[in-house]
Amino acid sequence: MKAPSTRLAYNEPGWLDTAAAWLLALLWILPLVYTVWTAFHPSEYSTRFELLAPLTLDNFARAWEAAPFARYFLNTTLLVLLILGCQLVLGTLAAYAFARYTFPGKNVLFALVLVQLMIMPDILLVENYKTMARLGLVDTLVAIGLPYFASAFAIFLLRQTFLGIPKELDEAARVEGASPLQILWRVYVPLARPVYTAFALVSVSFHWNNFLWPVIITNSVGSRPLTVGLQVFSSTDQGVDWSIITAATLMTSAPLLIGFLLFQRQFVQSFMRAGIK
Amino acid sequence: MLHQPSGNSALHAYLLLLPALVLLVAFTHYPAVATLIDSFFSTPKGGRPGVWVGLENYEVMSGDPVFWKAATNNLWFALATIPASIGLALVMALWVNERMTGRGFLRMAYFTPTVLPMIAVANIWLFFYTPGYGLLEQITGLFGLPSHNWLGDQRTALGAITLVAVWKEAGFFMIFYLAALQSLSPSLREAAAIEGASRWYFFRRVQWPLLMPTTLFVMINAVINAVRMVDHVVVLTRGGPDNASTLLLYHLYEVGFKFWDTAYAAAITVVLLAVLASVALFQFFVLDRKVHYQ
Repeated sequence: MKAPSTRLAYNEPGWLDTAAAWLLALLWILPLVYTVWTAFHPSEYSTRFELLAPLTLDNFARAWEAAPFARYFLNTTLLVLLILGCQLVLGTLAAYAFARYTFPGKNVLFALVLVQLMIMPDILLVENYKTMARLGLVDTLVAIGLPYFASAFAIFLLRQTFLGIPKELDEAARVEGASPLQILWRVYVPLARPVYTAFALVSVSFHWNNFLWPVIITNSVGSRPLTVGLQVFSSTDQGVDWSIITAATLMTSAPLLIGFLLFQRQFVQSFMRAGIK
Repeated sequence: MLHQPSGNSALHAYLLLLPALVLLVAFTHYPAVATLIDSFFSTPKGGRPGVWVGLENYEVMSGDPVFWKAATNNLWFALATIPASIGLALVMALWVNERMTGRGFLRMAYFTPTVLPMIAVANIWLFFYTPGYGLLEQITGLFGLPSHNWLGDQRTALGAITLVAVWKEAGFFMIFYLAALQSLSPSLREAAAIEGASRWYFFRRVQWPLLMPTTLFVMINAVINAVRMVDHVVVLTRGGPDNASTLLLYHLYEVGFKFWDTAYAAAITVVLLAVLASVALFQFFVLDRKVHYQ
């Protein structure tokens, strides 16, 4: 079958594996390919597959004008940055306390933090809505983000990383006269940079895609993120004009999709890193 | 070890923790407890606060056919998505881990659904499933099969939703298997080659046991997702037809934010919390004690 080579050929996948893997991959991206086809062709070609069908960007232009997508993009961008910023700052401070301080109740407090890994704000919709109503924050971007600002996942991930940083480094910095916050900023944060990147990618893709809580807490264009905007748009504004809906769908996913295709390796590694720790 | 020179290091630690803990308590612990309490009161109406009703909300729940439909659906949804997505993820990872033609493309194809918003993805699948027009119909039409409304038929709606969930999740779980496979020592494979073990034997006796911690980690995530994933239900079926594809969280969403029966919604939330808490306890007391391969 195979010429003997110096490389160990044992257990190498045969042509059957390769064929099956390719078949599955093609099936996997089929819905996406179909969407791209429909979005880039005039509606009369949306279900007719001809190689030379004329390409068009008209569907995107029409979708863009049919709903305030510019505003939705702005909302989502602000939201994602706001959440990420808060998560990183609060997570860094808390993780530093858990990794490098001894204090009464440390284990209990850490256990309380870990509770959020299982009981996510995504489930506690009713009570969190009441809280937002009491705070007068319903239908604001802050209300969408607030339940996620403190992330148990960020605290856990950064604590693990900080624990792995040699104590000699921060003792050396202390001898130099640096304060705890300076040490955190100058020693710990720079050394944990890959973990910050990993967490940022995971957080951004999660909150870019989040839907149920935003749809509950928002009710106007001014605060709706893209996912909610897309849902409102495709369920009410349009009849069944699939060309426009697919164009809007692609538009909504485009930043993540393009980011993923450009930085595939970082994405995959970030998800790996975030999951394994 | 106390390595802070001054005696106020505990105070420093509390100050560092304070902002995160305040928010965690306000939006995770407090609502979890408040939900439990609210589930014993009636829904406040027009400025009048709710009154103590004991277990009435739970009695309503046990007599609510939609709740039971959602619970059964959710169970089937979990029983189908969890093994299917984990099995596919494992197969994908085993493939992509090998030197295979077009490995980069394969990896990208499997992982792409994970990156996309569920809302967008569900729209894509809605189009895919559309009777007489969508790609699925066009393919089945080629084989001369009759037209079928996959999402509009009570018998197939839940299955259609499950398929979307598996499609979305498998690539995500693949990543964890891939990471685990890459960390296995190549000498294991060399040893198996010398022993003349078959590929299946090598998988069953070497790779699979060593992947067990990953499988358990992925499984916990899959269970959580089976409770949490409802975005696609909103787009594809809205729980219909006739509640054939409703899930617990979607039912909670309807009760709480369409009918505004917040007391009953609190009782449903308690059920979801109980499910998640038992998963957490199971993980903590059973799995963490048994799995120590690494």
